[in-house]
Amino acid sequence: MVKVALIQYPGSNCDLDALEILRDVVKARTDLVWHKDLAHDDYDAYVLPGGFSYGDYLRAGAIAATSPSLRIVKEAADGGKPVLGICNGFQILVEAGLLPGAVLRNSTLRFACSWTRLRVETTRTPFTNKAEKGQVLKIPIAHNEGRYYLDKERIPELERSQQIVFRYVSEEKEPTEEANPNGSIDNIAGICNEKGNVMGLMPHPERASLPMLSPDNQTDGRIIFDSMMRTLRGSEA
Amino acid sequence: MTPGSYVVEVIVENKPLAGDPEGETIHQNLILKGGYKQVTGVRAGKLLRMNIEANSPEDARAIVRKLSDDLRIYNPAAHTIQIRIVG
Repeated sequence: MVKVALIQYPGSNCDLDALEILRDVVKARTDLVWHKDLAHDDYDAYVLPGGFSYGDYLRAGAIAATSPSLRIVKEAADGGKPVLGICNGFQILVEAGLLPGAVLRNSTLRFACSWTRLRVETTRTPFTNKAEKGQVLKIPIAHNEGRYYLDKERIPELERSQQIVFRYVSEEKEPTEEANPNGSIDNIAGICNEKGNVMGLMPHPERASLPMLSPDNQTDGRIIFDSMMRTLRGSEA
Repeated sequence: MTPGSYVVEVIVENKPLAGDPEGETIHQNLILKGGYKQVTGVRAGKLLRMNIEANSPEDARAIVRKLSDDLRIYNPAAHTIQIRIVG
């Protein structure tokens, strides 16, 4: 049976939400693993949850990125295993160099907490293979440092290599300025590595995976976890 | 060469292209509104002041340079750093 590690850092605070979805909703055998206890690549997939590791000191994710757990996560990523970073988890993956760019303070200089529309830009990742390209998912954000940044001239390269996974879009499915909650370059909400097996996103799919948690009872966030399970069960078969 | 204790500052700023909403807000909404029209720009950043035991100021600077790169005191994708000896 496939086994998922959900890694806790000091200051993680969305770990139990993600655990509930992984264990009870998509039925993945999941261990909550303290970052210092992750000594071997014994799992089939890794999830880095949201929160404020090390108080966001220096930069969000910068200190957690030096945790020895990241060596294991890198090893797993190099081996092609799925790695998902949500919010602070995304920031950690960027700071650890598993994903390109930087995640800066919101351009509004305010904590952003709202429901957003995400357009699926690629279905090639283990986290989007059950979605359709162009499909729009309603998933909430909650962050102060979510402005994705990469030098402008590198964006076409990111686009060509299908590393842009999600964009913030309007009701008309367009990546407008109004739909961009934090000033991310090119409305980017989530990216993956070149191989596609490491993905990070600022929005919280675990908060949009149970009907009771969504204003219109939808569970759009589930598709990310369901996709991961399809990948893992496929590799098991 | 004067072995001893040095004070070294690291200033981390966003690269110009990465923008600086905090500096712009301080400039527009505080300084210009406060009537200081002579101020034509503001950059906000982060300052780390470190006390370093080293053989010389150059040595102290080199240690700080190395640790800034090794431990990613800044993210080169979005930031620049300046290192200066202040004491």
